[in-house]
Amino acid sequence: MKLTLHIWRQRDSETKGEMVQYIVDDVSEHMSFLEMMDVLNDNLVKKGEEPIAFDHDCREGICGMCSMVINGQPHGPQKGVTTCQLHMRSFNDGDSIYIEPFRAKGFPVVRDLIVDRSAFDRIIQAGGYVSVGTGSAPDGNAIPIKKEEADEAFNAATCIGCAACVASCKNASAMLFVSAKIAQLDRLPQGKVESKERVSKMIAQMDEEGFGNCTNTGACSAECPKEISLENIARMNRLHLKSTISPT
Amino acid sequence: MADLISNVPDGPLADKWTKHKNTIRLVNPANKRNIDIIVIGSGLAGASAAASLAELGYNIKCFFFQDSPRRAHSIAAQGGINAAKNYQNDGDSIYRLFYDTIKGGDYRSREANVYRLAEVSANIIDQCVAQGVPFAREYGGTLANRSFGGVQVSRTFYARGQTGQQLLLGAYSALSRQVAVGKVKMYNRHELLDIVKIDGKARGVVVRNNATGEIASHGAHAVLLCNGGYGNVFFLSTNAMGSNATASWRAHKRGAFFANPSFTQIHPTCIPVSGDYQSKLTLMSESLRNDGRIWVPLHKEDSIAIREGRLKPTELSEERRDYYLERRYPAFGNLVPRDVASRAAKERCDAGFGVNKTGQAVFLDFASAIERYGEEQANIKGISIKDREAVMQMGREVVSAKYGNLFQMYEQITADNPYETPMKIFPAVHYTMGGLWVDYNLMTTVPGLFALGEANFSDHGANRLGASALMQGLADGYFVIPYTIGEYLADDIRTGPISTDHDAFKAAEIEARGHLSSLINIKGSVPVDDFHRKLGKFIWEYCGMARNEKGLKYAIKEVRSLRAEFYEDVRVPGKLDELNTELEKASRVSDFLELGELMCNDALNRNESCGGHFRDEYQTPEGEALRNDKDYTFVSAWEYTGQPEKPKHHKEELVFDNVELKTRSYK
Repeated sequence: MKLTLHIWRQRDSETKGEMVQYIVDDVSEHMSFLEMMDVLNDNLVKKGEEPIAFDHDCREGICGMCSMVINGQPHGPQKGVTTCQLHMRSFNDGDSIYIEPFRAKGFPVVRDLIVDRSAFDRIIQAGGYVSVGTGSAPDGNAIPIKKEEADEAFNAATCIGCAACVASCKNASAMLFVSAKIAQLDRLPQGKVESKERVSKMIAQMDEEGFGNCTNTGACSAECPKEISLENIARMNRLHLKSTISPT
Repeated sequence: MADLISNVPDGPLADKWTKHKNTIRLVNPANKRNIDIIVIGSGLAGASAAASLAELGYNIKCFFFQDSPRRAHSIAAQGGINAAKNYQNDGDSIYRLFYDTIKGGDYRSREANVYRLAEVSANIIDQCVAQGVPFAREYGGTLANRSFGGVQVSRTFYARGQTGQQLLLGAYSALSRQVAVGKVKMYNRHELLDIVKIDGKARGVVVRNNATGEIASHGAHAVLLCNGGYGNVFFLSTNAMGSNATASWRAHKRGAFFANPSFTQIHPTCIPVSGDYQSKLTLMSESLRNDGRIWVPLHKEDSIAIREGRLKPTELSEERRDYYLERRYPAFGNLVPRDVASRAAKERCDAGFGVNKTGQAVFLDFASAIERYGEEQANIKGISIKDREAVMQMGREVVSAKYGNLFQMYEQITADNPYETPMKIFPAVHYTMGGLWVDYNLMTTVPGLFALGEANFSDHGANRLGASALMQGLADGYFVIPYTIGEYLADDIRTGPISTDHDAFKAAEIEARGHLSSLINIKGSVPVDDFHRKLGKFIWEYCGMARNEKGLKYAIKEVRSLRAEFYEDVRVPGKLDELNTELEKASRVSDFLELGELMCNDALNRNESCGGHFRDEYQTPEGEALRNDKDYTFVSAWEYTGQPEKPKHHKEELVFDNVELKTRSYK
């Protein structure tokens, strides 16, 4: 198939960017979206032009490195997948596709479609862990955990930190990401010990990074490639309230 | 004659590690604060090492090429992690895990290292549970296990099909905690360009910030390479796009010997190649072989009909199917180790029984598992098993709970529904058992330079068993290096900070910059990926699942000329001092082009078949690998001599005091 691509090009965070049009021929429906981008870049390099910079790594939907807003949707039109798992069979011959970076105040553009998401690392550093040192762990079976709780903790823990939640939110809120980690650890006895301190610290860092608040539109969960539930945000808010009333 | 000393402690196998820990030198806490360590890579080995060493008090700098440490490719590991917990009461023990791993590696790994790995395996599970890793659990609240290829006990812990992700996020959280207290400094989007040696010791690194193009030096008292494997030599592999061998190869050029480079693991269950544009291959977890049955048609005409779309696999009757693993290996069936399963698939496809358009695929079929689980559920729920629709529906639900995300991933890529029609799979490059040679303390042949996880060679021999890679990465990082590095650093307590003003840093920076500039200045006509693809094809064809003398010699010749062509005609647009993705690729491919040749040389040198290294010339009449213990019970370690064409061969004799070398049989 033949496609018209409109792609955001931007030198760096200081320079103004713009949409640039490209045509790609010979796109096979079996290609992944990023393989289609490879083909485009290959053509650009052969013509002596600079390829489009985009983040990607595992190309199997788990590392969370790929991003891109495709036709207005983070990770494109398909539900529950990342951009790297999107295949060209989701598009038709002659389509125009608009490709932009994940936009948010907390994510400055590095180049073209690459943004700096290190704010997410700093939020985890603020408290997204259990304070246990190497070597001081009790036997793995010492604390039984209900299967349902373990499964729910797992569901929250499947977040890949890609930031589609922020990109989809009109407030550029990071609350789905932040709450997924908080809920995962709060559901487990070993994480619950520090829940209150954790929620305060992580929310404070989230605010400092310039992410907005949640107004319950649910776009984050709808666009999340791992379909992380909004219930996590509710849980985080409850914990936050509790920790405000009684911090210890 | 063997000339490499492994520094394995004396004494009985089961006591070596304890004895070593008791006698190893320690660095006191006050002195640890004055010692700097550089960690390259933030995967399971890198993150666990950086976090654990920082907890001890050392100052850590961690460099990685992704935008966040949580994205290292350990994240993609699906199936699980082994540990000799014997929670299932099925006869497991440290010795048995050790024995399975040694046997699985076809007796080409180092006994003492493997025993230590099995010994610390149980601690890893405890550590991860304490961090909040949500492993699968039973209804009673205890940890669940499953079995994995090549063994007969259930010792694999898992988190659905995303075990690597959960373990890495655990290590990442431990690392984040140390970043917060200022003990670890993180350098994202940074790539190692060189190891800097002063007075023969590794004293730092030269790195490039890929986001800005800036090249800088960092000094330290020791450098840990945790940069993973080199499977991307093949271009198509299950590795991430950015996975590369540059840190290992540049270390090799500075004196670190490269061990068993030809020992690569071809994983049997991957989604087959669909076209020339393909950028990577996707693994379907080995755990699928617990329930999936592998087959091809018994008659060639049926294979042809399936290939041409005239016949559906579900229409083919049982008598016309060949469950070739169950036929050839009745004892282990579909659970034979990876090397055996891969070769058997290749054998059937080479013989013309392949089932996709290219003839390079076999079926992995869940129909009988769905039926079996469905009937089980029907019995539990008191529903008549004659209600086939209900039975199949319940069966699909059980299979979905076990492998749902994998089935979804498969459908996403192929547009086929594996609940309705068998998956098509084919072997693909997955893991590299070879790597930098290390002694018992995980130190390379360069003093002060260590290699952990997939980057070293020591634990998996010629074939790695499933669910062992995660175990090894975390064992090295959490429980081995925090002890063994003390032995080396105890001499450095009076050294003081390593200044990057030293001439060695300046010289290395100039050299690194020169290499990158020269790549840009070639201004040829061919994109980097074209060279990488060609290299991959040669290595896959001649140094892949089966190798022979003639093919290897041919490949060496072709790789050399491809390398020459690369330096004449590669096109790298853009500049050195800015973000330049083509330059990053070109730099990595320049190393793959040299490493590829060494892999072929290594395979050519080893006149036997063992594990993943199968030489056509050395096989039994039944087509099984024929080892030569008399002449090849050693590790090949290659020294860089200044020219990639002339590597120097060294040996470490492997001594087996505790296991008898047997022909590996899974029949």
